[in-house]
Amino acid sequence: MRYVMSKVGLFIVTLWAAITLNFLLPRLMPGSPVDAALGKLASAGVPITNAERNAIEVQLGVPHASVFTQYADYLRNIVTLRFGTSYSYPTQTVAQTIGKALPWTLVLVGVTTIVAFVVGTLLGVYAGWHRGRASDASITVGATFFGAFPPFWLGLLLLYVAAFKYGWFPIKGGYSPGASPSWSPSFLSDALQHSVLPALTLGITTLSGWVFGMRNNMINTLGEDYVTFAEANGLRSRTIALLYAARNALLPNVTAFGLILGAVVGGSVLVEGVFSYPGVGGLLFTAVTNHDFPLMQALFLVITLSMLVAIFIVELFYVRLDPRVRSAS
Amino acid sequence: MTIITAVPPPEAPGAAAAAVPGGTARGVPGPVRFVGRALRTLWSNGKARTGMIVLGLIIVVAVFAPLLAPHSPTAATFAPYKGPSGTNLLGTTGNGQDVFSQLIYGSRISLIVGLVAGGAATFVAVTLGLIAGYRPGPVDEVLGFITSLALVIPGIPLMIILAAYLQSRSVWTIVLVVAFTSWATGARVIRSQTSTLRTREFVTSAVFSGERMLRVVFREILPNMTSLVAASFFAAATAAVLAEASLEFLGLGNPATVSWGTILYAAEQQNALLTGQWLMVLAPGLAIVLLMVSFTLINFGVDALSNPRLREK
Amino acid sequence: MALLEARGVNVAYEPNRGQRIWSVRDVDLTLEQGEFVGLVGESGCGKTTLGYALTRMLRPPARLTGGSIRFDGTDIASLSGEQLRRQRRNGFALVLQSGMNALNPVRSIGKQFGDVLKAHARPGDDVSAPGIRRRGAELLESVRLDGDVLSQFPHELSGGMRQRVSIALALALQPRLIVFDEPTTALDVIVQQAVMKMIKDLQAERGFTAILISHDLGVVLEATDRVMVMYAGRIVEDQPARVMASGRHHPYTEALLNCYGDPRADVVEIGGIPGSPPDLSQPNRGCSFAPRCPIAEDICQTADPPLSPLAPGLAACHVRARAGQVEMEASSVG
Repeated sequence: MRYVMSKVGLFIVTLWAAITLNFLLPRLMPGSPVDAALGKLASAGVPITNAERNAIEVQLGVPHASVFTQYADYLRNIVTLRFGTSYSYPTQTVAQTIGKALPWTLVLVGVTTIVAFVVGTLLGVYAGWHRGRASDASITVGATFFGAFPPFWLGLLLLYVAAFKYGWFPIKGGYSPGASPSWSPSFLSDALQHSVLPALTLGITTLSGWVFGMRNNMINTLGEDYVTFAEANGLRSRTIALLYAARNALLPNVTAFGLILGAVVGGSVLVEGVFSYPGVGGLLFTAVTNHDFPLMQALFLVITLSMLVAIFIVELFYVRLDPRVRSAS
Repeated sequence: MTIITAVPPPEAPGAAAAAVPGGTARGVPGPVRFVGRALRTLWSNGKARTGMIVLGLIIVVAVFAPLLAPHSPTAATFAPYKGPSGTNLLGTTGNGQDVFSQLIYGSRISLIVGLVAGGAATFVAVTLGLIAGYRPGPVDEVLGFITSLALVIPGIPLMIILAAYLQSRSVWTIVLVVAFTSWATGARVIRSQTSTLRTREFVTSAVFSGERMLRVVFREILPNMTSLVAASFFAAATAAVLAEASLEFLGLGNPATVSWGTILYAAEQQNALLTGQWLMVLAPGLAIVLLMVSFTLINFGVDALSNPRLREK
Repeated sequence: MALLEARGVNVAYEPNRGQRIWSVRDVDLTLEQGEFVGLVGESGCGKTTLGYALTRMLRPPARLTGGSIRFDGTDIASLSGEQLRRQRRNGFALVLQSGMNALNPVRSIGKQFGDVLKAHARPGDDVSAPGIRRRGAELLESVRLDGDVLSQFPHELSGGMRQRVSIALALALQPRLIVFDEPTTALDVIVQQAVMKMIKDLQAERGFTAILISHDLGVVLEATDRVMVMYAGRIVEDQPARVMASGRHHPYTEALLNCYGDPRADVVEIGGIPGSPPDLSQPNRGCSFAPRCPIAEDICQTADPPLSPLAPGLAACHVRARAGQVEMEASSVG
């Protein structure tokens, strides 16, 4: 119980810190992002209402108000989801734009992370158990090589080979142009086809993190006394490998989940850009290219918060894995 | 009760397992000998050896770029959008520049950013890690919290935002941004190791015998963490190379500088894949992969140095 | 037939390329069923390595480089894999130095008993959940622990309790030989006494052969029937426990005995042994103990002494062997 409470507390504090960082960032940067934002909106021919101007200023910095009033307004706006208008998509609010894109990324990143975690962990267990042998060497070298692939580069290559040259998969987007999102099976299968290449790219490049982490943990765990004792008691190899070694080696990997998730999220930004995938990463790509500050700010906040939530969920799950944490000490 | 000790206690068994190949050479300063020994040990590890060779080759290419590149990388003297040919081994860019020469000169930027940003991030990590690990208490708590926060915030999005805000577009902006976002992992590892070492007897005895804190940190603790620091450095350098390439690919770098990332940016801008210039995409990407792999391979050797269980048989 | 016959056991330890350290050199020993033997020596003398070698638990970079180990007639030195694993049931078991870490932290004690029992189940054995619970409770009872422990996790038990659980797990194999590697070193003195007594009672009840490895001569003398002293990888003395406290012995044994003071005496003299243990990476010439030995002679520097009779047991010492011979000749003459 103590563990859960401390994790909840940590989550809340980190949440607050991330929000505050997001508040401070544009105000610490040189130049005036507000003017830039307003200027861009004007040049896009978008009429700026007072409410929108207010929202942008609250996000990016009001030169004349005190920091504390700004902070209070900022927090209020966050809770009510008023992020202003982006100039890349002037017809909707930032909140709406992000709201449309978020599910795509959640599915892409979520599914890819889970699959990469499972496959990477199994490979790592196998490599660690068979350490020093050819199977270990090939897994290690393979993971090193593929893990060094810049996600956008692999995306480009896959795009070229699988989509452009051989037409096995669509070239861009989350769904065929002209189709409108719905829950119908035909749309879902269309969306699925469009997500294969981005998912493959993301998965292959982030796999190595899990593989190496697990392999190292396995090697360290195999040196522990309880593994030696299990061998002395003549337990079967498979029992020792899975229930004694891997089961314990898994624990540090779970706690390191947050780190690797960060890499996946970062990779998704690049991958979605390359595939023009309609997710949050693709939005960030667009926002940066257009110097769209309001959108960038809000995106950063959403991305960080999503990660915090995911990490928090995993940390709660850890309680089920490690009995030492379960008992109230 | 009186206790009489008849014989002085025996010295600790020293000789047995500590034989070091090469012995001690008089006249060669300590740090040099140390580096020499480290290099020799790394060389004996197969993976590290491969990594060192590849890195060495890349460094040679970077240093001798003017001699190796057939043309100037920025001279827009060729017909644009051409595929590979005799004069332009990898084709030309949209501005008529030779891609092959750009590839060769590009090694400089990637190496510099990788090593400098990696070094800066490691420096910050070591400093903060040592401070946090050495004195438990409020300083440690605060630093620990900041480190956890920095770890949770995803690196690439943060880098993108920072680079976008900082209007200037130079390599050093990128180095700064990359270093600023990559120190946290190393800091956490070093802090935990410092904290472990601090409670070891040799440190306690040094403190009791009156050594001042700075001396204890630099003479007793840091030397026992060299392989950890080296591992941090190579990991940070690897991440830095990837980050730099990513930022430039997104157009956040200086388009005038020539690096592997900017080649890929140009390739994407001119849709090189669709116009058949796939080599322009393959070559710089492969170069980035090779550089990162070489760092990682060396890191295998460094890991094996610090953790005997990971050593190759 | 003797239960365990080891001949010419050599163990090399190769931490880095090009370095080789001989941890165990040319050890011969014979153990009968039911003996309780103590293996004593200072840190680094090779006693733990020998214990691991005899139970085939050596791991790289340590290697068994020569010799034969016959357990009940079968040469176990050449076995590996599944064959070796099967031998452990009804065979030889090892209880680790620190029972604290010998238990899987994420599995309950009951499940760990299940793992051992199922791994060696023969047709006719009851390995259903209630069967395992019953057997587990029996084994726990024999080490004076309550059956409730089965549902607990290792971190919920004290150090002494974990050590007992380790012993109970080893007993699940119904072994004929158990090697106890420093079973009480990590425990405080009072718990130490309780655990040692329990081990002695178990050995008497079940009749397994036991090897007790310890650097603590006092513990060994109290518990065992026969004591073997190791120095620099060799067995230098082999005597019944009852004669160890007095009389003539190998100079190293005598020096060890000297290191103990009587806590109730008025004046306590504590001896030490001058010098330091030899470098085991060098091949040895002459007696390993000679540099530190108070009665060393010229022959000790050049010829390695074999284990020769020093009534009622054996000792590897030229000087003692000669004196022993003289006595034997004197008594046979008179």
